[in-house]
Amino acid sequence: MATISEPPSEGFRISQLIYDTRYRSLTIQVVATILIMAGLYYLANNAVQNLAELGKDFDFGFLGNRAGYDINQRLIEYSNDSSHGRAALVGILNTLLVAFLGCIMATILGVAAGVLRLSKNWIVARLMSVYVEGFRNIPLLLWIIVIFAVMTEGMPQPRDFRGEDAEASMILGDSVAVTNRGIYIPNLVFTRSLGGNEMDEAGEAVVPSSSFGDLALMVAVLIAGFFASGFIGRWATAKQEATGIRPAGVFWMRLGAVVVPIAIVLIVLGATLDYPELRGFNFAGGIHLRNSLIALWFALSLYTGAFIAENVRAGILSVSKGQTEASSALGMRPSWTMNLVILPQALRVIIPPLISQYLNLTKNSSLALAVGYMDVRSTLGGITINQTGRELEGMLLLGLFYLATSLIISAGMNVYNNSVKLKER
Amino acid sequence: MAVSDTNVSYVRTEMLAESAPPAREAGAVKWIRENLFSSIPNALMTIVSLYVIYVVLAAILPWMINGIWDAGSLNECREIRDARGGSGEHGHGVACWAVLVDRWDQLMFGFYPSELYWRPVLAFVLFLAAIMPILYDTLPRKLLYLTAAAPFLCFWLLWGGSIWAPILVAAGFVLGWAVAKYASPAIGQLGATIAAIVVPILYWLVLVGPLAGALNSVLPIGIQSVQSREFGGFLLAFVIGASGIILSMPLGVALALGRQSDLFIINKFSVVFIEVIRGVPLIVWLFTAQLLLNYFLPPGTNFDLMVRVIIMVTLFAAAYIAEVIRGGLAALPRGQYEGADSLGLNYWQSMQLIILPQALKISIPGIVSTFIGLFKDTVLVVFIGLFDPIGFSNAIRADTDWNGIYWELFIFIGLCFFVCCFGMSQYSQWLERKLAKDHR
Repeated sequence: MATISEPPSEGFRISQLIYDTRYRSLTIQVVATILIMAGLYYLANNAVQNLAELGKDFDFGFLGNRAGYDINQRLIEYSNDSSHGRAALVGILNTLLVAFLGCIMATILGVAAGVLRLSKNWIVARLMSVYVEGFRNIPLLLWIIVIFAVMTEGMPQPRDFRGEDAEASMILGDSVAVTNRGIYIPNLVFTRSLGGNEMDEAGEAVVPSSSFGDLALMVAVLIAGFFASGFIGRWATAKQEATGIRPAGVFWMRLGAVVVPIAIVLIVLGATLDYPELRGFNFAGGIHLRNSLIALWFALSLYTGAFIAENVRAGILSVSKGQTEASSALGMRPSWTMNLVILPQALRVIIPPLISQYLNLTKNSSLALAVGYMDVRSTLGGITINQTGRELEGMLLLGLFYLATSLIISAGMNVYNNSVKLKER
Repeated sequence: MAVSDTNVSYVRTEMLAESAPPAREAGAVKWIRENLFSSIPNALMTIVSLYVIYVVLAAILPWMINGIWDAGSLNECREIRDARGGSGEHGHGVACWAVLVDRWDQLMFGFYPSELYWRPVLAFVLFLAAIMPILYDTLPRKLLYLTAAAPFLCFWLLWGGSIWAPILVAAGFVLGWAVAKYASPAIGQLGATIAAIVVPILYWLVLVGPLAGALNSVLPIGIQSVQSREFGGFLLAFVIGASGIILSMPLGVALALGRQSDLFIINKFSVVFIEVIRGVPLIVWLFTAQLLLNYFLPPGTNFDLMVRVIIMVTLFAAAYIAEVIRGGLAALPRGQYEGADSLGLNYWQSMQLIILPQALKISIPGIVSTFIGLFKDTVLVVFIGLFDPIGFSNAIRADTDWNGIYWELFIFIGLCFFVCCFGMSQYSQWLERKLAKDHR
């Protein structure tokens, strides 16, 4: 009868903490925790001591105090009597505005440049290479300053637009004026604005105006229109799958679902365009896009567009040639090949880096400082800090804003990545 | 039978000479037809592109080529231009490159003492010589000794001062190596590894300062010392860029390994560190370095703004590099990790011999583009009051001599950055092709 001799049970020895792989990881983690905690304690302790020495406390109450400075570009009501918190909000909205505009334009430029760089046309492909390499290899800050200088030094002054044979003239049917003080474009205004118009005695609007309510209504109607359009598309696909025949005129129905409601809203509100015109020494009316916004917007778009072009090119090249050939062999038209075979596969490669480029653009918008654009870093992280002396709190809030933005976008990206990931078994 | 009599053969007996292809199917004509005018949209694009190129070149080339190199101020430039009777109506008839000649020293060296310009130049040459054996592995390996010594020599050349401080700091690394090598029989390998880390740190913290002072009083060897605030122009950009690149690489690898690690605390610490650094723009970190770093240091400490910037830039680039390398680590097939385990290699051996060489090879393009980004980002120091090339271009414009000069300076600065960054990206593509082992 075989006897199994138990291995002699040894007691736990201290050296096992280092030499036994079962315990070693625990040891390392405990040591690391102690070191990290000690480091944090050291930093926090120093901060407390330094603050005490300077007679400062850690308090966010300053956000409620009167700001006392003006902001030249504001999307919401703000005056120098508003609070620092309100100024920070104006800055945040300005950051988001330039980031939003920049993302749209960068995507258009980037996709165009990326596709054209693969063009069979030798000159076009080379030209796009020059664009991409030029913008990727020169600091963004330089581009922002250069475009700002082009706007302020190279464009005509408002007074050049005066007179019969003016040196400069407005473009696009006298609706857009490009001057060295910025670009003036027409504004959409309403004679029956939801925000209320200034009325004369007969009850007619004197000056057409626009309010936040009008804008919100338009956006809401537009979004609802897109949803309706998507619903029609799904309905048509379901019908096609059930019966084999796609209902006629789906494209026009989808277009109508978007266009008709918004057109009705515009007519009901009495929309007109408010054109900029020369009054006195400057243009009045319309929307004034300041040079700082233009320089920042164009530079960010061109710079990020060059990076997006490379992502798009890599994405298209990542779809193997066999896919194109196979779809031709199935008898698909080139447009179907692109839409049904190449793009769905290329997008899986393109979209994650595209979103991280959007993130970079948003973070790079903090270079607004170079041209005096009032973004969140210039209001909360600049003037507010200088006025209140609250560096610690101000920088903390600023950092948290950027961190929250980027974490939200990366979380969205992870969700997307998981949904399009190749399902491997 | 007339036919048979004449004996006519209807089949050729000899080959015809090859005739040339039709003119439209050969040579330049064929190439142009295929590449530029293959279809109507294509032809339109070609014509539009040619027109754009013509317009741009017609505007820029005469302006650049006729540029004036020899003048003392912008007004002199304009006088020379008018004397030539050239196209001077708009005030921008020709370029005034004279500003580059006039302010060359400032753009390159900032406020560095002019009699000491040989030192940054020598340091730059030394730096190039030191990175050569890393960039090209066909060079003799003996040059790597120079590479090891170069950081200390460059530091000494740039900042000057006593030679003993860099020598003693370098000696700390030798000390660590010696402890690791000779102490292991006495206290075991693990003990020796720990000692090799702890002993040099203690040595640097406790011994180097007094020792350097003592040696300097006995044998004062040194050169004139230069303060950090005298650095400027491209010298500043290169110093910050090169230090950032060199220091961020090891830190980035460590963070990437930390993020892939199974150890919970280390993993979470790396994740938080990387995400926080990446989530916030560099400019905010630079302001943090300028405004806040003093809060977190013992009361009364105040160290160099340039060192703070280098620390921030290094941490920033390290977080990005960590993410790039993590991508490389994740892209390796699982079998590589399992193969290393089955050979009985421990963690560090498997990382060093199997995993990292492959992961780093995959990550080369990403790492180099991070380096390029870092080098470009060095211009951001202008916002915290250091004089990088863009800062100097503003300073030059503030001078009455050169008030109103924009494009010449922008073009020069842009060109310098373009040459450096484009060079780096071309090198990385060359290295990628050289290291590619598959799909031959």
